[in-house]
Amino acid sequence: MTDTLPFLLEIGSEEIPDWMIEPALADLQHNFEKIVDELKLGGRVTRVDATPRRLVLFADGLMSAQADEERTVSGPPVAAGEGAARGFAKKLGVAFEALETTATPKGDYYAVRQKVTGRKTVDVLAEALPTAITGISWPRSMYWTGKSGPRFIRPIRWLVALLGDGIVPFEIAGVRSGAVSRGHRRLGADAVAVHIGNYEAELRKNFVLLSAAERRARIANALGPGVVRDEALIHTLVYLTEFPVPIRGAFDAKYLELPKEILSTVMRHHQRYFSVEFDGQLAPAFVAVMNTSEDPEGLVRRGNERVLRARFNDARFFWDVDQRRPLAARVGDLRNVTFQAKLGSCYDKVQRIVAIVQRSRELATPAAVRAATLCKCDLTTEMVKEFTELQGVVGGLYARAQGEPEAVWRAIYDHYKPASMEDSIPSTREGQIVALADKLDTLIECFRIGLIPSGSKDPFGLRRAAQGIIKIVVEAGLRVPELLDVTDEKLRDFLVDRLRYYFREIRGFPYDEVNATIRWDGDPCDSLRRLEALHAVRRTPDFEPLAASFKRIKNILRQADWNVGESIDESRLEPGPERALYDAYRKVQRAIDGVDYKSSLATIASLRPQVDTFFDKVLVNAPDPEIRRNRLTLLSNLLTEFSEIADFSEIVTS
Amino acid sequence: MDSFQTTVAKLKNFWSERGCIITEPFDLEVGAGTMAPETFLRVLGPRPWKVAYVQPSRRPADGRYGENPNRLYKHQQLQVILKPSPADVIDQYLASLEAIGIDLRKHDIKFEEDNWESPTLGAWGIGWQVMLDGLEITQFTYFQQCGGLDLDLVPAELTYGLERLVAFLQGVESVYDIEWTPGVKYRDVRFADELHNSVYNFELADIPTLWQLFELHEMEGARLLASFPKYEPSERFPLLAAYEHVLMCSHYFNLLDARGAISVTERVAVIARVRKLAVAVAEAWVEQQARSHTAALAEVAV
Repeated sequence: MTDTLPFLLEIGSEEIPDWMIEPALADLQHNFEKIVDELKLGGRVTRVDATPRRLVLFADGLMSAQADEERTVSGPPVAAGEGAARGFAKKLGVAFEALETTATPKGDYYAVRQKVTGRKTVDVLAEALPTAITGISWPRSMYWTGKSGPRFIRPIRWLVALLGDGIVPFEIAGVRSGAVSRGHRRLGADAVAVHIGNYEAELRKNFVLLSAAERRARIANALGPGVVRDEALIHTLVYLTEFPVPIRGAFDAKYLELPKEILSTVMRHHQRYFSVEFDGQLAPAFVAVMNTSEDPEGLVRRGNERVLRARFNDARFFWDVDQRRPLAARVGDLRNVTFQAKLGSCYDKVQRIVAIVQRSRELATPAAVRAATLCKCDLTTEMVKEFTELQGVVGGLYARAQGEPEAVWRAIYDHYKPASMEDSIPSTREGQIVALADKLDTLIECFRIGLIPSGSKDPFGLRRAAQGIIKIVVEAGLRVPELLDVTDEKLRDFLVDRLRYYFREIRGFPYDEVNATIRWDGDPCDSLRRLEALHAVRRTPDFEPLAASFKRIKNILRQADWNVGESIDESRLEPGPERALYDAYRKVQRAIDGVDYKSSLATIASLRPQVDTFFDKVLVNAPDPEIRRNRLTLLSNLLTEFSEIADFSEIVTS
Repeated sequence: MDSFQTTVAKLKNFWSERGCIITEPFDLEVGAGTMAPETFLRVLGPRPWKVAYVQPSRRPADGRYGENPNRLYKHQQLQVILKPSPADVIDQYLASLEAIGIDLRKHDIKFEEDNWESPTLGAWGIGWQVMLDGLEITQFTYFQQCGGLDLDLVPAELTYGLERLVAFLQGVESVYDIEWTPGVKYRDVRFADELHNSVYNFELADIPTLWQLFELHEMEGARLLASFPKYEPSERFPLLAAYEHVLMCSHYFNLLDARGAISVTERVAVIARVRKLAVAVAEAWVEQQARSHTAALAEVAV
């Protein structure tokens, strides 16, 4: 066992966008592991980590060189003659006499066995690392040395590549690898000599905390009382800083007159500040995270406070200007707001949303129609032009300020909900129907012009829209088949797919139960009731054997190529098991009512003994064609009529 | 505390000392320093180029009648182009902040992802907004394409927002309270611009006339460009004049847009019309540069 070596790679870059860093590290690790596996260098990656300016990979256990190998090189066929063989030997630099012949399915071939001396790991890595680095895939990369130069997310400015005590020498875009890193832009040294053993400690001395976990802890632990812990914001700040230090700032309480939604959006999304709340009430304070060690004179705090004040003043200015024209006066302005290039303006969209709401039999209240009419008007306001993520919310707040009834303003406020499967649905009936109509219109229109999601591409968020519709109707118990029983076959398939996803992934039902009950009839609530009934009845002892029998019936009918619906001729029923099954069938037929699915399914399950006996004692394929036809009819009717609630044959039996 | 004009002079001086040509503002209405030919045309082709200039930039839709403390119809940018971008470009940029009195050890600087794109110019780049104590003070862009063409040398573009930068340095809440020079406020110099242009843009501009102006410039630009391929000798061809008509199209488009006169369906199409001309100018410029060995422009020593 030879000694193994540790390895360190640091890619020094200009500031990498925070959200791209972790995927890039995963890519880097994958590319490196591929090198050590394919080139047989031994070793494994022990850690990857990053700051905005550096992607770092540690590995251990690398051999100093590849092991020597013996390999066989195939030459020309023996049939090609000695001349060809001599040429082959010469090319490989071996004596003709050293050639062997090997038998292959295509005939005998000359071959030579060669000993291949393993190459030094440092040389192999020097060759392979540039591609491993430039092979990291980025959402959008750039070139910086000219259009034929390498691509990366931002310019590469330095490279540290160490194997044991030595440098792995290579070059990317004129930057040569070495043993010199860099410190924090303002607090550290421009050149920091490192070796593997002291690398992280040297960075720390130069105000770079390499460990993202450590930076995360530093931020999270220093947030203080009342600070709203926003994990996404913490994640962003971890990768925006090399030396994070939170500071607390304050703003004038007079700004608390502005709605909390607007203030928090300014703080969190625009300034990357944490907001502070006590008992659900916003406090006039914030926490910013600096990328520097201290703020002894309070300059950074005061600077951030000043920026926030300007932002809040802007918001107040937008609010005041926007009130000069109420939402109701802005409907016509929507002609100038694009919904989608081929689908016209938001004005057209609103007309369609209103029409959908009006088609709903029970939910087309005046408040719902009013909310639908006004729901997109906030797109023309200064506030939403500035804070687009607050669309809907701003409309709701403005409608409230302009004296619209609660049913109207709340519906506008909520109509983009649910934003995700975790988000809640609109809390009022008006909000639910407007949200549903908006999403349904988007789906119908996009499918109409062929904008159908494929693979991971879904630029118009159609999956989310469909998922939102399902979540709304199921969780609110809305029955609106008159809206949802759409005619477009592709859209029906799309919706049933999302419904299947919802039942399986969100509600956790077994897939066979979902398959047995799912269909798109525009009424997911009914699908859910049937599914719940099936799920309950499945546990009863008669159920699975009956499901197996139903499957058998289905097979028999298929083998008989039976698809005609006929009526049963009672006079041809043989007394005994056949007659008994028929009687039981008639009894169950009368007992199930299409309302109580659970008891109906239990009743159907009670057929089991008669079905079992029938299959034991009765020959379906009777010699008399009329009797055979009558028996097939009995089975067929039984299967069809009792599969309405759930298709038992889809159940996987143990 | 430095006045507005002192800070501007220091920045120009800083870049002058680093080898930039210092030019006066481009003399037509533009929405950003990028649109001036000193940037748009000079970033094309293989010749190095370093320039810095203040560019008054008109954004008609941002006009606020002088009522909003932070938003202006016409703000001023300090535009710096370093082509090709030097390896220490960020260090140079940070040094320029020190040069105007910002002690970076006492402040917080972050580079936050912010890519830039101009559909009318067929241009885009990758970069950051530079945040100083939470305030965006500079847009930093590595150009990748201009006029639809991949760039031979990648320039770094630094765009300093002068009003907000100086308001920060002077610690004032409103740009109108900036001391332009002792005894003179920004308000005294620029308030009328803001008020008059807002009233004109939002209330009085005659839409049919603006459309006519747009179309006249478009026609003239297109007419010129159509004659470029056959014109000899190529280096005399007035591409700069053609480009000025493109810029005027862009300006009238912005005015029409601020006036709410451009409908949804028109908007994309009008942008495409301007872009078509801008792309044609860029392509012709590259060709003209390649063909002219004697043009005075090539003599610039950088």
